[in-house]
Amino acid sequence: MLQKPPNQNKKIKKNKIMETLSIVFYLFAFIVVVSAMGVVFSRKLMYSAFSLLFTFFGVAGIYAILNADFLAVLQIMIYVGGILVLIVFGVMLTSRVTDVDIITGGTGRTIYISSGIFATLMLILLIFMYTTVNWGTIPITEYKDTTLDLIGLTLLTKYVLTFLIAAILLLIAFIGAAFIARKGN
Amino acid sequence: MEHNFIFDLVGNNIWAYLITATIPLIFVTLYALVAILGELKIASWVQDRLGPMRTGWKGVLQPLAEVVKLLQKEDITPKNVNKPLFNVSPFVMFTGSFAAFAVIPYSSKFIPADINVGLFYVFAVSSFAVIGILMGGWSSNNKYSMLGGIRSAAQMISYEIPMALSILAIAAMANSLSITEIIKSQDGGIWNWFIFGGPGPIWKIAFFPFIIILFLVYFIGSLAETNRTPFDIPEGESEIVGGYHTEYSGMKFAMFFFAEYANMYVVSALVTIMFLGGWNSPFGDFLNGPIWQFFWFISKAMFFVFIQIWLRWTLPRVRVDQLMYITWKVMLPFAFIAFMGIAFWAMLNPTIIK
Repeated sequence: MLQKPPNQNKKIKKNKIMETLSIVFYLFAFIVVVSAMGVVFSRKLMYSAFSLLFTFFGVAGIYAILNADFLAVLQIMIYVGGILVLIVFGVMLTSRVTDVDIITGGTGRTIYISSGIFATLMLILLIFMYTTVNWGTIPITEYKDTTLDLIGLTLLTKYVLTFLIAAILLLIAFIGAAFIARKGN
Repeated sequence: MEHNFIFDLVGNNIWAYLITATIPLIFVTLYALVAILGELKIASWVQDRLGPMRTGWKGVLQPLAEVVKLLQKEDITPKNVNKPLFNVSPFVMFTGSFAAFAVIPYSSKFIPADINVGLFYVFAVSSFAVIGILMGGWSSNNKYSMLGGIRSAAQMISYEIPMALSILAIAAMANSLSITEIIKSQDGGIWNWFIFGGPGPIWKIAFFPFIIILFLVYFIGSLAETNRTPFDIPEGESEIVGGYHTEYSGMKFAMFFFAEYANMYVVSALVTIMFLGGWNSPFGDFLNGPIWQFFWFISKAMFFVFIQIWLRWTLPRVRVDQLMYITWKVMLPFAFIAFMGIAFWAMLNPTIIK
């Protein structure tokens, strides 16, 4: 590689990284939007459940681009490995649900007009929020190594009570599940 | 970036990323050929026969013949299956296995993605396989496939818990979740590998039982995670025909097959990283260059692939209730006790930098 002046070299490098990142970002954003539309619009419950897989995956990718590596992995671990499996199990084991078409109730002019008005209002509100609120964003200058240590440190010092309460809640849920499962005996 | 020689060769641009992503794919393909040959040959030696002998010298070209056979088979899609999900499922399955290869190192000079939550990431993406199996099982519109899918999902979710505990113990010993850090903390010869308690004073011998238990728990869990015998009840031929891939044929079946072999390598590589010092040479600095590291890593991982194949042709299949008994009532309590022991050792160990 040719030796360039250090300053210039750094600048070019950063630009290239940003370029690649934006390509990756649009890829993930596309996946999220398309699969989320799949979740909402598909007629079969099973299709909705499985397109949720791609939504979760895309969101995890966006987290990874935003330098939240631990959150990205947690997203896949908890949502894909836990919640989605639970949803799919629920849908699979209730045989009546899988074959039924989901038909939105009510047709005709009134429902289209009212939903159109509602959607427009919602859009205006969102655009208003997007443009006026100070989001406090800072441009990314460099990528930190990891967020893992900081998360662990804050969880066990500043938020230790919340952490412990969450643990107790999980224990209660666990005992409750075991109790319900053994009720027959 | 310092752990990837591609960036030194090509420079930091999108081609470097593409090449970095392609190398593991080529590796998986070559590895699968070797593993298929290994499976055929070891199976026949265990059963006291010769195995494939006609294709090439002693049958070494047999895997190529198998691949060609699978490629040109007719791709049958039964009439009543749910087409979109039926077609997507093998690819979801393979994506899950291949995604794990992003963080699996080959040598200290080539790790495709050196991320700080590497071990946790491998563990997370393995949940894609559960979804893929459920998808294939449900969309096949076949009672056997559905049963196989549900069995497999239940099995993989249950066995993840003791495995997560052993990963936590390793994280405590290495003080990191990054695969590079874990391997680097085990350098300096065979005695510093985590299966021997990692670097530390001689009284680490007192903690050996805990580490051996964790190693066994992780290895048994990884057998269940890849749906290999003795835990292959999702595809138990004597009970539910072929399990979740009963209806699949041709290329789609090959994808399932491929994903299973890729998974075998992933779990073996993880055992290598977590317990056997990763790419480190057993003799300290002797024979520890980047090329030798590649050799050590691959041979350690392939050794565990060999053990998996060996176990498959030696042990009978466990029953469904025995399977759940093993994980919840045997492995989980042992893993908890061992984890407490390891955590104690990590606290006492003077060589760990706090």
